Amino acid sequence: MSELHVPAQPKRTLGGWLLIAVPYVWLLIFFLAPFLIVFKISLSQVAVAIPPYVPTFDLAEGWNGIWDSVSEFSFENYVWLTEDDLYWKSYLSSVVIAAISTLLTLIIGYPIAYGMARSPQSMRPTLLMLVILPFWTSFLIRVYAWIGILKNEGLLNQLLLTLGIIDEPLVMMNTNIAVFIGIVYSYLPFLVLPLYASLERLDGSLLEAAEDLGCPPWKAFWKITLPLSLPGVIAGCFLVFIPAVGEFVIPDLLGGSNTLMIGKTLWVEFFNNRDWPVSSAVAVILLLILVIPIVLFQNQQQKMAEREG
Amino acid sequence: MAKKSIGPVRRAYSPWDDPEKAPFIEFRNVTKKFGDFTAVNNLSLKIYEREFFALLGGSGCGKTTLMRMLAGFETPTTGQIFLDGQDLAGIPPFKRPSNMMFQSYALFPHMSVEKNIAFGLKQDKLPASEVDARVAEMLRLTKLEQFAKRRPHQLSGGQRQRVALARSLAKRPKVLLLDEPLGALDRKLREETQFELMNIQEELKMTFLIVTHDQEEAMTVADRIAVMDKGELVQVDTPAEIYEAPNSKFVADFIGDINLIEANVTEKSEDGTKLRSVADNFTIDSDQVTDAAVGDRVWYAIRPEKVRIAQGRREKGLPNRIDGVVWDIAYLGDMSIIHSKVGDNDKDTLRATFANVSRMVENPITWDDEVVMSFDRDAGVILKG
Repeated sequence: MSELHVPAQPKRTLGGWLLIAVPYVWLLIFFLAPFLIVFKISLSQVAVAIPPYVPTFDLAEGWNGIWDSVSEFSFENYVWLTEDDLYWKSYLSSVVIAAISTLLTLIIGYPIAYGMARSPQSMRPTLLMLVILPFWTSFLIRVYAWIGILKNEGLLNQLLLTLGIIDEPLVMMNTNIAVFIGIVYSYLPFLVLPLYASLERLDGSLLEAAEDLGCPPWKAFWKITLPLSLPGVIAGCFLVFIPAVGEFVIPDLLGGSNTLMIGKTLWVEFFNNRDWPVSSAVAVILLLILVIPIVLFQNQQQKMAEREG
Repeated sequence: MAKKSIGPVRRAYSPWDDPEKAPFIEFRNVTKKFGDFTAVNNLSLKIYEREFFALLGGSGCGKTTLMRMLAGFETPTTGQIFLDGQDLAGIPPFKRPSNMMFQSYALFPHMSVEKNIAFGLKQDKLPASEVDARVAEMLRLTKLEQFAKRRPHQLSGGQRQRVALARSLAKRPKVLLLDEPLGALDRKLREETQFELMNIQEELKMTFLIVTHDQEEAMTVADRIAVMDKGELVQVDTPAEIYEAPNSKFVADFIGDINLIEANVTEKSEDGTKLRSVADNFTIDSDQVTDAAVGDRVWYAIRPEKVRIAQGRREKGLPNRIDGVVWDIAYLGDMSIIHSKVGDNDKDTLRATFANVSRMVENPITWDDEVVMSFDRDAGVILKG
């Protein structure tokens, strides 16, 4: 927003102010305010009440009431997160599952994006359409559909049994493998699209130049194509990794009881234990963990923009 | 009178006149088809070692396809290509001893200038010291020393062009292919670079093959030019021969400015040919012995600068005299191009150039002046069809 270039007009008009105000107001109402509420709850204590925590602001008491409330805030929920190893194990396991899933998505997504970018110009819109097509069905329904494929008497096992590749059904449902499959499947388009964009932009004459200078095509891929598609790789990986860390639906539906992910832990705290303050603290820490890759991502984007002049 | 000969030659080097000399590059009956479109049609061409050879033609004439076949990016549909005696069929681009300078330069954006230049050398697994020495030499040759660490996007168009040149020269290829190398540069820089290219070629004693649509560029840099049209060679000759002795109406019209006069052959002898313009308003006496028969329709092609022009009707006894009235003048500074009407039809005009050798002229030729034009017997060429 600071990019708004109005050099010859130091005095901004009212309309101009209103225009820039829109995104700020949006972020204020729908991001900052809810976050502050969550943060405030994370400093409270659980109570049998509605809402289920104390203190609550009593505006009727005026400033004194607010001050009394604030003085009751404590960080003991955060301390609690460090005392019970469930939480750090959940965080760690989420990051590990998200990282492995991202890597798998990259391994599957790169050839797809590469193939799309190398396909004849006339076919590209169709291929792009096919990548986006799953979005036309609800995410939840698509994850449920995987249950039908992965369960012991599911489609995949039936197929493998019929083909005689296996003698007894593979146990895939309610394991981490099912979670990986679910995440890779759900987030693949988010990786393919930015990667395709950066591969498609790649000037074909660069590869010809490399080949002309004595570099065989497979080597030219490592020396030219891969480094130049790196911005797309990084953007795609973050788009998969960041939501995957906080993923709840996929581990809940496809994962087993021993699939530990922070989204699930948070759900249990909130709905089963009705412990709003602790679940709020979990959410705040999750946000902090995710802010780090987001900042890294933005740095990368900025560097890329600078490089492109 | 001393025997006349055609134009200047760039240097005393003409291997193409020696029938014993083996060609360095040879296209033998090469045809390239893209679907129904024939880009190159049964073309044969010999290029000699250390030649600076230009492929000249309009867009779509097949010149770039011809070069890309030599580099290995296209495969001939039929025919063979030889480089230094070796049949190039089946040899992939990365094993061919030629290097190409791309029209878009195709510099690797993620590498510095020196890494770009070193790229080809590293593919050959040369020792690091050798690579460094060669890169330094190329940087010096192209005057890029202070830009060695920069990335391509931090350079100007002219500097990028020099990086591309340095990169393609670094491996000391047997032949350097230049695909419209100066197209993106402005006129002044282009002219400078043309001379730089010629100097580099002479210094490195390499064979250069340039593809261009710019006839001035081809004539400046090349020892020989091949004029191409519709996938075929129309004429292969030195720049002076192409200009002064075009072999067809196409070449005459494509290169430079020319008057094309439609005429009939009226008289033939060992001493020359006499023509009568189709509009029946003047006679041309040429020293050229043509194989066209008396009565045949031909074209007489004469360059505007070969036509002398003077005011009035006084002059007598001129060899090829055509009377006219000034119709239009294009003043270009160094010279003026004077269009004169020589017949009743608006199309019957003749162009003559008038060199502006004096700053001040007493009685300059101006619009609607009566003028008399004339030219020597050997000033133009008779072209059939």
